[in-house]
Amino acid sequence: MMSYLFPMALRSAWNRRFTLGLTLISIALSVTLLLGVEQLRHDARQAFEQSVSGTDLVIGARTSPVQLMLYAVFHIGEATNNIHWQAYQEIAANPAVAWSIPVSLGDSHRGFPVLGTTAAYFDHFRYGEHQPLQLRKGKRFVGIFDAVIGAEVAAKLGYRVGDHIVLTHGSGGLAGQRHDDKPFTVTGILAPTGTPVDRTVHVSLAAIEAIHLDWQGGARMPGFDIPAEYVQKFDLTPKAVTAILIGLKNRAGVFRMQRQVHSYTQEPLLAVLPGVALDQLWQVVGVAEKVLLAVSVMVVIVGLCGLVAVILASLNERRRELAIVRSLGARPADIFALLTIEGLFIAFAGTLLGIVLLYGLNMGLAPVIQSHYGIVMTTHAVSMDEVRLIAAIAGVSLLASLVPGYGAYRLSLADGLTPKV
Amino acid sequence: MMTAAIQIEHLQFRYPGAVRDCLHIPQLYIKAGERVFLHGPSGSGKSTLLGLLGGVLVPDSGEITLLGHKLSQMRATARDRLRADCVGFIFQQFNLIPYLSVMDNVLLPCRFSRQRNMRAQDAGQDAVRLLEHLDIAPDLHAQQASRLSIGQQQRVAAARALIGRPGIIIADEPTSALDADRQLAFLELLSKECKAAETTLLFVSHNHRLAVDFDRMIELPGLNRAERGGVV
Repeated sequence: MMSYLFPMALRSAWNRRFTLGLTLISIALSVTLLLGVEQLRHDARQAFEQSVSGTDLVIGARTSPVQLMLYAVFHIGEATNNIHWQAYQEIAANPAVAWSIPVSLGDSHRGFPVLGTTAAYFDHFRYGEHQPLQLRKGKRFVGIFDAVIGAEVAAKLGYRVGDHIVLTHGSGGLAGQRHDDKPFTVTGILAPTGTPVDRTVHVSLAAIEAIHLDWQGGARMPGFDIPAEYVQKFDLTPKAVTAILIGLKNRAGVFRMQRQVHSYTQEPLLAVLPGVALDQLWQVVGVAEKVLLAVSVMVVIVGLCGLVAVILASLNERRRELAIVRSLGARPADIFALLTIEGLFIAFAGTLLGIVLLYGLNMGLAPVIQSHYGIVMTTHAVSMDEVRLIAAIAGVSLLASLVPGYGAYRLSLADGLTPKV
Repeated sequence: MMTAAIQIEHLQFRYPGAVRDCLHIPQLYIKAGERVFLHGPSGSGKSTLLGLLGGVLVPDSGEITLLGHKLSQMRATARDRLRADCVGFIFQQFNLIPYLSVMDNVLLPCRFSRQRNMRAQDAGQDAVRLLEHLDIAPDLHAQQASRLSIGQQQRVAAARALIGRPGIIIADEPTSALDADRQLAFLELLSKECKAAETTLLFVSHNHRLAVDFDRMIELPGLNRAERGGVV
């Protein structure tokens, strides 16, 4: 008998389509924001966790595991100490070790970190789902002053194979700290990976040695210049590296290897399991994403509050309408349902529109985001987390819609058949 | 023997928190098919009586019987259903749902009450017939109710109250928003239709001038034994 209330609720809502439409759009946008942030969080975390894979241990001078990961994998900050070349050789020669990548950091190029390494880096470094690095253009470094740059470096600075670049001592910024006497040639550009590799300039360990031949204690030695063409005459074996990435023949031996590194007597070393350390690191940087999520949750709540306010505000001018419906035999419970259905309908339609909007944006923006920020926006099916969020939005919408429903219920009980307007 | 359309016995009603009764009606008896003018100046407890007859308010004591149904023995939901099935209301003004068409407005009671839908047989046809009798041109049927003049709106409201022969029609100052010369014309139309459908009409107004062509006139102030000055 009261089934006509539902189409009536729709007709009534259509009659107020302008204000309700605006409310619907604000809910849609807030839902898009919330789900977008959730997706971005998911993808950022994935990109973060996949910044290194297949590496069993990351080894550096003794410091905190998080700091070691920060400079060895993310090339952020600086190492407090280096590892002597002797120690590197001993670790590399350990029978349990399948491969090792020495990493030497400390220089930069226009804000991008410079990483000195060996060919092993291109052979063994893996990211994501065990993907190897791929050259998009050119070839690996062969000569001393060859450089292979990451995709983002190439894109931001507009470099092409054959371009000449000058490295800067330290993280840059100080004048006169440029290694401008020994320019490098870009020989290769890596394909984008969505990891810190994209932001890195790769050169050989020998090159790092060579550009610092005439340097002492972080500064160029006055009156002592070694031109680029003479560096070959010197012994370019590195004296130290910043960190080592190693892969084991048998992963089961990882804790034994870790203990061996920790008990190395010549110098204090630290070996961390990247997965564990990345988790720790995420706890630190993850605060930002939680704040972001909290803010977008607030935005959704604001959107729903707007909905409640709009419907409540409309109640007064609809008192007569409600009294008419009541005189026609509607129960107070029907009035309650009428207003609750209206709120729910707007909230659900808004949520649906928000989801559609998000997926539309996703498809449109995914290539842009990937190329600019290296975050792969996966257009996956709706994830469990998203389903939970959507369910939560629906639950809160229901609660919010009960407010105008209850308001109308009270009003219609008080007004009866003759609204006091 | 004819049953009473409206029967009130020892009715007492007081608003919560009020110190005095608002209504105290020892007895009121309106036969089925009777057309009664109830004169009530403002403040005489008119709205309260309408609420009680509509089953929206519940008396503190006494009994209201509508077409043989004792309201005091019914739950709120059943009273709401009885109102839908058996009572057609016409109010002062703004009787129509503004965003529905004239036709949809007239058909509303048939959507809310299966009984009235069945009694109307072909509800659509019945609506057309009633609208015609009440001087609403067919080209207005599809119009949005809010586009109509107030006089037209009141006549549509009368058609809505009449559709599906509810048994009782309660009109609360339905002419007060109309021009003086239109008031009697409206009253005449309404009266004629009620007569034709053998529907009981309780016409409530403060305007004595309208009390023509009724079977009976009742003074609410005389009927109501509650002391004046109470909360109304």
